[in-house]
Amino acid sequence: MSLKVGIPRALLYYYYFPQWAAFFNHLGVQVVVSRETTRGLLEKGLRSTVDEACLPVKLAVGHVLDLRDRVDYIFLPRLVSMARREYICPKFLGFPDMVRNTIDGIGPLIDCNLDLYRKNSSQYDFFYAVGKMFTRNPVKIRRAYHASLEALRRHCLAMESGALAGETAPETTPAHQNRTGEARAGDVNVAVIGHPYNLYDRFISMNLIKRLKENGANVLTAEQLPEQMARREAQRLPKKLFWTLNQRMIGAAYHYFERPDVHGVIHVASFGCGPDSMTGELIERYARKWSRKPLLILTLDEHTGEAGMVTRLEAFLDMVRWRRNLADAAAATTTKIIAKKAEETTGAPDTSTGVFAAK
Amino acid sequence: MIVKVTYPHMGYMWICVKAMLEYLGVDVVLPPPSSKKTLSFGVKHAPEFACMPLKLNLGNFMEAAELGADTIVMAGGCGPCRFGYYAQVEHAILEDLGYKYQLVVLEPPEKHIGELLGKIRHITGNRSWRQVIRGVRFGYHKAQAVDELEKMAYYMRPREITAGETDLALNRALKEIIAVKAPEELPAAREKAAQIMRAVPLDRQRKVVRVGLVGEIYTLLDPFANQDIERKLGRMGVEVDRSIHLSEWINDHLFLGLAKNMRSSKLAKQKALAYLGHFVGGHGMETVGNTVLYAEQGFDGVIQLLPFTCMPEIVAQSILPKVSADLGIPTMTLIVDEQSGDAGVVTRLEAFVDLLMRKKEIREGSVKCTVI
Repeated sequence: MSLKVGIPRALLYYYYFPQWAAFFNHLGVQVVVSRETTRGLLEKGLRSTVDEACLPVKLAVGHVLDLRDRVDYIFLPRLVSMARREYICPKFLGFPDMVRNTIDGIGPLIDCNLDLYRKNSSQYDFFYAVGKMFTRNPVKIRRAYHASLEALRRHCLAMESGALAGETAPETTPAHQNRTGEARAGDVNVAVIGHPYNLYDRFISMNLIKRLKENGANVLTAEQLPEQMARREAQRLPKKLFWTLNQRMIGAAYHYFERPDVHGVIHVASFGCGPDSMTGELIERYARKWSRKPLLILTLDEHTGEAGMVTRLEAFLDMVRWRRNLADAAAATTTKIIAKKAEETTGAPDTSTGVFAAK
Repeated sequence: MIVKVTYPHMGYMWICVKAMLEYLGVDVVLPPPSSKKTLSFGVKHAPEFACMPLKLNLGNFMEAAELGADTIVMAGGCGPCRFGYYAQVEHAILEDLGYKYQLVVLEPPEKHIGELLGKIRHITGNRSWRQVIRGVRFGYHKAQAVDELEKMAYYMRPREITAGETDLALNRALKEIIAVKAPEELPAAREKAAQIMRAVPLDRQRKVVRVGLVGEIYTLLDPFANQDIERKLGRMGVEVDRSIHLSEWINDHLFLGLAKNMRSSKLAKQKALAYLGHFVGGHGMETVGNTVLYAEQGFDGVIQLLPFTCMPEIVAQSILPKVSADLGIPTMTLIVDEQSGDAGVVTRLEAFVDLLMRKKEIREGSVKCTVI
């Protein structure tokens, strides 16, 4: 009988699950993922967390509770740092301790530190520490580690080519199959910027991405940009940002604001998120100063109602289309004017394109 | 060009920084003390979910601009607490509002120590490094003097015979310290200030409860931010002890613990390890560790202070109930933001203090615990 390790479907599950799953599979350990988020699961989390914690943390606690009694270990790594001189968020640093001290009888946790803050630190140390709990054979750990890296690489490629994190289930769909068919089906392109654990959890984001697609928008996310690109864009900041996830978000936001084929940007944050309160402000100010693209800021918490969000989304998409049409019309008229300078048509621009297309 | 330097308020920090800068011949424009007006400026222009210190900082800068300040000196940091990015966000907001501020952020340099030294040069002009070091020492000694007086006040407030006399004396004593312009005069002023404090008649036999204050540094140090909690508790007959004092913080973080025989956060961090295995930025670890320490020292209770949405303190807050249960020390968490009302805070403090007094009486056997 193989050991069972539970991985909560929360926080950085959406970035790292394929890697973690591959690692455990190669060690012959069975991986159990907590169930998809439901109201009941979130409620459980809410009851066991302090009120002030943010929604993702409360939800993560819910997922941990969902795994309790079903597995031998719960995989709750302490994600200190994912890149040199960067952190994620204080709550990630303290999360295993928050869980251990608020839930009685939680059972054994795997809470090794993943810390790449210093120069020359390597992920291998982390995986070695985890692997040691299941096997004493270092070669096996090494192999599993390499397999996990390969899985992560494929996952990143899949995300860059448009698949959504959480949908690139490990070792199932080949990278490109997911999206090529439906890509560019909509008439506007909307960039959605937010933490992966808010965006890709269908319950928390209330199916934001699917809703946008249904309403005829193509969705672009920060994860679709290669990491280097997001980092380069983020260098416009006066000081390097020390939160990895937010650096990616702000870099992506800058990128999408400048890209001519993106028509609007949505920023998704959870209520009381510390890093987002700062970068959200910077993004908003940037948008106001340098861009004419519409920006929608959605704040999520456990009380968010679906109807309210749908209304705002529809209004936003109307505005995006309206703006785009206006811009197109303006562009059309100016080219017309340039092309036929002496034309006697007294200006009445093509009003038919100015009317926004209600769905 | 002569720069007019301003910096944000944090409790009595202005005394020490002003002394240091003026000793170095820098023109200092002090923002008016934080007030409702300051906060309302900040709330209007700062991001909604930013923590309260940012809003107060912003208000301070806006008020200082009216007095003619043109250069901001701020501390920085490298995360994961939001404070490390305060200066940049505040500067972006001020720029959009049309303020012409120059920003000097003193923080651990990214590449080379020269970055930091260059910034200090920018403010101090052509003073020699020796003089800069003397200035820093002068500021530090002033911070020590202020902390000493504050600690005396903690002891005196619950024991004073005429209510309010301690605070009158404290204000007079602080004036003595503030007035000092040269390092040589400081010892005499300290002595005089201590005498003023000692002159207050006390009832030393009075029974008091002792409460430790832990939490985020800004809300701990700034009386406006924490609704003057030290005075409020003092009047309720509580002797408080604050876990972070400015001089200790300077010693820990700027002098790297050079000055010995001073309370250091190292011990607190060690004590925290049993509950919190990694540092979480800000003062999260110190909060947990100091709670353990207070319990060991026989304090009657602990109050944690934090600004709403403070990330490190939320981690600590979720751990404190466990510490409280393990060590049998009552804890209370008080979260402050621009919505905090005076009456609400007083009610909660009174209830907590009542609980502590009752517990203490039962423990000492003067009251029998009766089951109704």
